Amino acid sequence: MKRLGIPELVCPAGGLPALKAAVDNGADAVYFGCRNDTNARNFAGLNFTPKTMADGVEYARARGRRVLMAVNTFPRPGREELWRDAVDAAADFAVDAVLLADIGLLDYASRRHPKLALHLSVQGSATNYEAINLMHREFGIRRVVLPRVLTLDQVAHIVRNTPVEVEVFGFGSLCVMNEGRCWLSSYATGESPNTLGACSPARFVKWENSSGQTSTRLNGILIDRWTDDERAGYPTLCKGRFEVEGETYYAFEEPTSLNVLEILADIAKIGVSAVKVEGRQRSPAYVAQVTRVMRAALDALERGADAYRVDPAWTAELAKVSEGSHATLGAYDRPWR
Amino acid sequence: MRGTDFFSIPGFSLPDFVPALASRLPQWPYAVALTAAMNAALRIGVVPKEDIEALEGKTFLIDILDAGARVCFTFGNGIFHPSFASPERADLVFRARLSAFLQLAARQEDPDTLFFKRELSIEGDTELGLIVKNTLDAIEWPDLTALAARPILKFHGFNLETAVDH
Repeated sequence: MKRLGIPELVCPAGGLPALKAAVDNGADAVYFGCRNDTNARNFAGLNFTPKTMADGVEYARARGRRVLMAVNTFPRPGREELWRDAVDAAADFAVDAVLLADIGLLDYASRRHPKLALHLSVQGSATNYEAINLMHREFGIRRVVLPRVLTLDQVAHIVRNTPVEVEVFGFGSLCVMNEGRCWLSSYATGESPNTLGACSPARFVKWENSSGQTSTRLNGILIDRWTDDERAGYPTLCKGRFEVEGETYYAFEEPTSLNVLEILADIAKIGVSAVKVEGRQRSPAYVAQVTRVMRAALDALERGADAYRVDPAWTAELAKVSEGSHATLGAYDRPWR
Repeated sequence: MRGTDFFSIPGFSLPDFVPALASRLPQWPYAVALTAAMNAALRIGVVPKEDIEALEGKTFLIDILDAGARVCFTFGNGIFHPSFASPERADLVFRARLSAFLQLAARQEDPDTLFFKRELSIEGDTELGLIVKNTLDAIEWPDLTALAARPILKFHGFNLETAVDH
């Protein structure tokens, strides 16, 4: 379904209704994971069982869309079998590609399932073309999902210097973007997205409401305190307000969302192959809303880059579902290096 | 942009006198109605059995702020039971206005969106809350949820065809 020169729209699915919402609202491809530690959105009650995965693959395929399976956490010593099983399942379902981060798993997948297309997950944290080309040479990766730390010029530089397709993030919550290498959640809870697939697991999170304010604690650590008129964010350390040298502020970063609509024409122009929407942890309603807007934007782009304008209704719809009080272009538009 | 193809549930608040008045009414009829509906959903098999095991023995409270309604129920032996008295402490408490609950029920809004906007609060066992949220999200409802919300909105005098998002 991908149009020539128009990036593929890759949308998240935390469950079957979300997958259908993505497909019905114009996603070219959907990505999802197994219900276990092998994917980076391993939250209670989320993700796919073999049954729902079979139904989801069938639903997307019947409508000409591609299905991508994320196996993008790092196998834990002694439990490698679980991750290999997930890769085998991806091959059994004949998904269009599997998203991997771990080098050992890339090696396993490329040897065991030579016909299975491999994408390097954002969790693989490859930020330069030498790293990407090495993965291409060794494991034959077809696509890389770039971490959200690069400027648009840097993305263009990578595109020019690799035969591997480049996928970038187009919309969704931002974090500190130290993907695959972030230990903040482990510092607070002993569990991290890299190994167990969940940042700030829910069982460590407590919201306490008292008159006029809500406090968020992660494993007892006070992360933030909101008054009733402030927007809330996810309970992660990187989005907390802390006292540093007598001042209390967002010491890492403010809760915010990425929105690339403004530079979508530039992203297409430099040869990016796919634009990804973050949010497998979100509901079918979010997937439908964001997919619809991104589809409308890409369709407008297809009608002509010169006439492309961001419709204020798109911005409003995306702002509504955003984490934090504003959306940004993230690292794509950064005057400093 | 519309939340659904047919109509959109607007954000609204019931008049201030409603909670004052309604909170004096017995609360158990709400719980009876809701648990009956949820048990019906379990019987038609829309929720996988393994997904609801985590709810065993838990107490839930749904506090509809602008309606003065507090719906309390427990889950045990595979079915939901209404609670006839508000417990000292529920395992999980959802608080929101009626419009937010209707938007969630119709899958018009995402719970995280409402949470970010401070229109939905979750207290108690956060992981249990996530299980409930994700289990509800994973249900393949027959396309009746939107229709179910219509009589309630009509009752409150909303013109469904012209309602717009806030």
